[in-house]
Amino acid sequence: MAAHLKKRVYEEFTKVVQQQHEDLSTKKLRLTKPSKSAALHVDLCKAASPADALQYLLQFTRKPVEVESVEGVVRILLEHYYKENDASVRLKIASLLGLLSKTAGFSPDCIMDDAINTLQNEKSHQVLAQLLDTLLVIGTKLTENPPVRMRLVEVACKHLTDSSHGVRNKCLQVIGCLGPVEKGLAKEGESQAAKDVQKIIGDHFNDQDPRVRTAAIKAMLQLHERGLKLHQAIYSQACKLLADDYEQVRSAAVQLIWVLSQLYPESIVPIPSSNEEIRLVDDAFGKICHMVSDGSWVVRVQAAKLLGSMQQVSSHFLEQTLDKKLMSDLRRKRTAHERAKELYSSGEFSSGRKWGDDAPKEEIDTGAVNLIESGACGAFVHGLEDEMYEVRIAAVEALCMLAQSSPSFAEKCLDFLVDMFNDEIEEVRLQSIHTMRKISNNITLREDQLDTVLAVLEDSSRDIREALHELLCCTNVSTKEGIHLALVELLKNLTKYPTDRESIWKCLKFLGSRHPTLVLPLVPELLSTHPFFDTPEPDMDDPAYIAVLVLIFNAAKSCPTMPALFSDHTFRHYAYLRDSLSHLVPPLRLPGRKLVSSPVSPTITPHEDPSQQFLHQSLERVYNLQHLDPQGIQELLEFTIRDLQRLGELQSELAGMADFTATYLRCQLLLIKALQEKLWNVAAPLYLKQNALASAAAKQILEETYKMEFMYSGVESRQVVIIHHMRLQAKALQLIVTARTTRGVEPLFGMCEKFLQEVDSFQRCFISELPHMQGSFVDKLLDLMPRLVTSKPSEVVKILQTTLRQSTFLHLPLPEQLHRATANIIEPTGESDNPLRFTSGLVVALDVDATLEHVQDPQGTVKVQVLYPDGQAQLIHPKPADFRNPGPGRHRLITQVYLSHTAWTEPCQIEVRLLLAYNSNRSKASTKSPKCAWSESLEALPPSENGIEGTIPFSKPVKVYIMPKPARR
Amino acid sequence: CPSPLSPGAGQDVGRSCILVSIAGKNVMLDCGMHMGYNDDRRFPDFSYITQNGRLTDFLDCVIISHFHLDHCGALPYFSEMVGYDGPIYMTHPTKAICPILLEDYRKITVDKKGETNFFTSQMIKDCMKKVVAVHLHQTVQVDEELEIKAYYAGHVLGAAMFQIKVGCESVVYTGDYNMTPDRHLGAAWIDKCRPDLLITESTYATTIRDSKRCRERDFLKKVHETVERGGKVLIPVFALGRAQELCILLETFWERMNLKAPIYFSTGLTEKANHYYKLFITWTNQKIRKTFVQRNMFEFKHIKAFDRAFADNPGPMVVFATPGMLHAGQSLQIFRKWAGNEKNMVIMPGYCVQGTVGHKILSGQRKLEMEGRQILEVKMQVEYMSFSAHADAKGIMQLIRQAEPRNVLLVHGEAKKMEFLKQKIEQEFHVSCYMPANGETTTILTNPSIPVDISLGLLKRETAIGLLPDAKKPKLMHGTLMMKDNSFRLVSPEQALKELGLTEHQLRFTCRVHIQDPRKEHETVLRVYNHLKGQDYSVQHLPDGSITVESILIQATAHSEDQGTKVLLVSWTYQDEELGSYLTSLLKKGLPQSTS
Repeated sequence: MAAHLKKRVYEEFTKVVQQQHEDLSTKKLRLTKPSKSAALHVDLCKAASPADALQYLLQFTRKPVEVESVEGVVRILLEHYYKENDASVRLKIASLLGLLSKTAGFSPDCIMDDAINTLQNEKSHQVLAQLLDTLLVIGTKLTENPPVRMRLVEVACKHLTDSSHGVRNKCLQVIGCLGPVEKGLAKEGESQAAKDVQKIIGDHFNDQDPRVRTAAIKAMLQLHERGLKLHQAIYSQACKLLADDYEQVRSAAVQLIWVLSQLYPESIVPIPSSNEEIRLVDDAFGKICHMVSDGSWVVRVQAAKLLGSMQQVSSHFLEQTLDKKLMSDLRRKRTAHERAKELYSSGEFSSGRKWGDDAPKEEIDTGAVNLIESGACGAFVHGLEDEMYEVRIAAVEALCMLAQSSPSFAEKCLDFLVDMFNDEIEEVRLQSIHTMRKISNNITLREDQLDTVLAVLEDSSRDIREALHELLCCTNVSTKEGIHLALVELLKNLTKYPTDRESIWKCLKFLGSRHPTLVLPLVPELLSTHPFFDTPEPDMDDPAYIAVLVLIFNAAKSCPTMPALFSDHTFRHYAYLRDSLSHLVPPLRLPGRKLVSSPVSPTITPHEDPSQQFLHQSLERVYNLQHLDPQGIQELLEFTIRDLQRLGELQSELAGMADFTATYLRCQLLLIKALQEKLWNVAAPLYLKQNALASAAAKQILEETYKMEFMYSGVESRQVVIIHHMRLQAKALQLIVTARTTRGVEPLFGMCEKFLQEVDSFQRCFISELPHMQGSFVDKLLDLMPRLVTSKPSEVVKILQTTLRQSTFLHLPLPEQLHRATANIIEPTGESDNPLRFTSGLVVALDVDATLEHVQDPQGTVKVQVLYPDGQAQLIHPKPADFRNPGPGRHRLITQVYLSHTAWTEPCQIEVRLLLAYNSNRSKASTKSPKCAWSESLEALPPSENGIEGTIPFSKPVKVYIMPKPARR
Repeated sequence: CPSPLSPGAGQDVGRSCILVSIAGKNVMLDCGMHMGYNDDRRFPDFSYITQNGRLTDFLDCVIISHFHLDHCGALPYFSEMVGYDGPIYMTHPTKAICPILLEDYRKITVDKKGETNFFTSQMIKDCMKKVVAVHLHQTVQVDEELEIKAYYAGHVLGAAMFQIKVGCESVVYTGDYNMTPDRHLGAAWIDKCRPDLLITESTYATTIRDSKRCRERDFLKKVHETVERGGKVLIPVFALGRAQELCILLETFWERMNLKAPIYFSTGLTEKANHYYKLFITWTNQKIRKTFVQRNMFEFKHIKAFDRAFADNPGPMVVFATPGMLHAGQSLQIFRKWAGNEKNMVIMPGYCVQGTVGHKILSGQRKLEMEGRQILEVKMQVEYMSFSAHADAKGIMQLIRQAEPRNVLLVHGEAKKMEFLKQKIEQEFHVSCYMPANGETTTILTNPSIPVDISLGLLKRETAIGLLPDAKKPKLMHGTLMMKDNSFRLVSPEQALKELGLTEHQLRFTCRVHIQDPRKEHETVLRVYNHLKGQDYSVQHLPDGSITVESILIQATAHSEDQGTKVLLVSWTYQDEELGSYLTSLLKKGLPQSTS
């Protein structure tokens, strides 16, 4: 049999010889059967010693094996396996078997029997373990075959009694990965062993080797992940494992307990040494809490993380986690938190300066003190004080998750979170600030807490400060003193770190609009108005004054009585700020003359609807008027584009939408202009100018379509079709123009060919959308396709020209949400007159700080471009770590750009701008359209579609004054 | 059986000195002094240890847990003046810092107070020569049987807990330790070593402390506010330990908040100590260990050395000055200069002994009488901030939970407080707990397990008979226990015979059973055979008329006098005792009425 097989293998691979001749060495060429498997066979036969054989096998591993030859190779390996006496070689063969069966497209059921057979006579434990690993690989490849799986599980069960931990380990792994999950599938004929996998695995929870115990728990978790419902009985077993000596076991046991608590939250378990009973989830919660003070930090992290996701736990238990009964000399002591709270509620403002202020109060009953907390007592208190910051972060995350689901808990954990703002590790501080922001809907800050929070504003880390500003944006403050305190601290922050300007203004905007009634009594003080005397007019350029005004104006929006308190110059400043910082200053309904000059008339309250209506109406108008004379169409389009642009400026919510449609219409307009009939009727050479116009139009349309496709987030496949369609039209236009200007037919052949390919791929990609495109260019083109393919280039061009002219204007449906990617360079500001001096030949680092909005995957797409006065351009890819994500849809790029140049005689300006890189391969259509799997049709695609990479500038360029000095000798 | 004797710290805070006898080895744990006394009582009474004979002969080693004087202050006296030449073990940082403190202490007592009969600088040097430094988790073999191992204890730089092990008996001595991390040190940690005895300090036996964060925050806030107001802050500290923690705290805060006000540290002793803090980075907490590649946290950027003249400089500043209780020296000088201004502040970071200026101002006194009948009015703010580095009740319990000892012994605490903790420990862990007084000896019985060597062949043979070996259950095996040359070995009987040069004797039991049976002998035999065949043994009927059950032989003969009675002879070897006696009792019950 084996001989027959071998022969078959040889036959099979003689084909391969021809192709492989080139890259085989001369020595190999002399071999009569140079196929891989055959070569291996020969090598193995030649191997004099096990070490040699091992070398051959190692070399063999490095080469890929084709799917067709896998089986043959496996046979040869097995044959050697039986002959081999050396365990290490057998081990390598076993591992190779596993590797080979992983080959894509190879179905390993044919080698399974052999693999199982090898197990029978194997004596070496290591080889056995490796073989079981191979079986696991085979089994995972054959998941759709229950009998095979059953067989493998039985084999594994048989080897569970092995004395080596490695073998038992693998057996449990196999059972965990392949054990039957479906109920009632076990048939009569099957052995008892395979039926109750849970029991088999459970028996190994008490194995003598910790590695096997861990493997058993992991196998159980694996079964759970695969959908098997674990028995509740396992719970008590798992609880015992929590006291294991080994950390891996404890860590896995914590996970298992968590899984069970999620499966059976409501069942009742008894409390040992008492008659009481509690819910399982509460019990598990208590146990996991206990593990937060485990000796191993790995377990502590694990436990702290899992606590966060136990939301069904009763509030009584939950609140215990924050409770740690203090005592001193057996007398009850209040925590600093409690003291602070009391001080606050008694109206006295923080003293805490007396010695013995924290003197212990009442005696406590010695019997009632429970030093080793039996329940959840103080778990978070311990977790947040842990030595390792990993544990602290996990605890903060868990607090966050639990607080989000329970408002009362959120209120209670506040003090602890605030404390974490002073952690020694910045990551922890940042995490706790973010956590606080996430739960801020549920809480109101007390004054003393606010005080602690605000103290962090002086932190020298920009991330911390900005996170804190974000937090203040959505914080509820309870008193007017609180608001005042916040304002004072923010202004202090502003003077210390002037670069935080924008962020602070924004923060005050929200603070004002959230607490109008609290701001109202502060207004006279803040504006320093006096009932009788005129006070000097503050400096309008002072960022601190602007900050105060932002707070007041935003509060005034929902507090109509406030403007009465303003003095004259305040109104003037309002008008100025409303224009210059319109995103921070809301429209106000102001009395008297202000009402007239106010940019938005007060009668309009729900301003969203009309403008949206307007948008749609103007689009309707455009789409309906297809059959006007070209002149009319052009004018209408021009007007509509103008309207849309203005609308986008006025209504920031609609800006994306308006811009998008305006761009589309502009494309259409360009196309129409380019196609103006009379120009085309005249012989080509005479109308060079028109050609230039048309080809420029085509080029511009192409550019605009790329912008439309890649610069907007929220574009759906419906829009992508239209965009691609427009691009196709532009390409047709290009083709026509070239056809008219070039002499000879030769170059045209290639171009036509390419164009037709593109039409073809368009059809393939968007086949589902084609029905919506009645009467369009592509629709007509596809009708004519058979004719086009056969006809000459000149004819093709003619057909294209007519179709292009006759085709109708496609309606661009608008998606729900559309946002244009924008970037704003905050730093460098471009205002500095002092050139940045550096020695030529060396580099200077320029700090670039920019905000990006609605950019998907900024790490991959956003680039910085530096343009030198000599026209030299430099493209810089910022590091992924330079991007921060302060909120949904927003990113912040803080990076350093290195500049260098040869010496200049005088300072000059360079331009810095941000670019959005795109690659048409990553087109949204390609990923979304199910009809078009790129991986398969890649070769069929026209090369042009494959690699169009480009960049779109999407920020205003900023000028930086630099001066490379000649090096001093 | 370890029996600790405590010549020093029993139910008392001060002189720590404990003597442990474990399996014939004597180990002295710590060698501290009492700060409160100036006479002989300041050193432990070493005559307790041995009345006659040299200490070196009696003690196997001395272990010092950390550099505080109440744990190492009596060491030069003990080694040089009383006379001990054996090894002294301590960790590297302790070895480095300990002599600085001892020298400082010597200077104060001898040079300032003019005492004689005290150890000299040379003695300190000689004493340190006897010290063997150990690493964390390094097992040090003191002699062939005694081994010690150090664990991290927090508390101060280089503080360690020690495990002392002789054979399978072990003791863990904690010294002072801290279970919560602070700004410069991590938390104490021990593995599940299950010692027979855990000797733990119990300074805070009845206290559960609040989280450190609030205290730190308060401290920083107070300092920050005062500095912003333009005031000066005085922090009286002792040179080592807390001072470094507060320095790190302020240094990082200054860094974080971008503050500019200067911080000064009084020079001298501290500079040397800071140098060692810089070196022993591995002994500090996670943050310092992680960031030291960029910058060693003990290389202070904002903290500079103090000069006497700086105290009169205008503008805000923060000064750390020694000593901690404001009773003398630089801190008192500065205090007198600054006390009159209400913008200034003094922060007392620790406990103050009665009678010191520190204690007076903490208890609210605003007018102090200084020497020379001067009245000093204290207008500056007085704050109290406690930063203690001992484990509280919960911490002690947590350590006991980690180590899982079989007995606990409390030292270094007040009797009344220890009583409470003792009760709690017994209640929660169900282990016995002791709290000896000074000079009292406690004897603890252990249940030592005795290791026995077994040959692999025998082990495999025996385990092959039963099911899988189960770690949790005892297992029965056959073999011969040989006690030879102070070692125990379990060997197979054959090998034992061979080794001892003995021949094997067979021991056979025989027993006669009388049965009333009138029939012929061979018929009786057949009846017996049929009867026994029902059992689970291999029963054979041999041609010579006898029956074998496994290896047991049964023969039947007619009674010489009464032919109606048959005598069954049952014979078995010693090894088959169980089966043999079973069969006899079975046959004694008589044969069932024959059916054949």
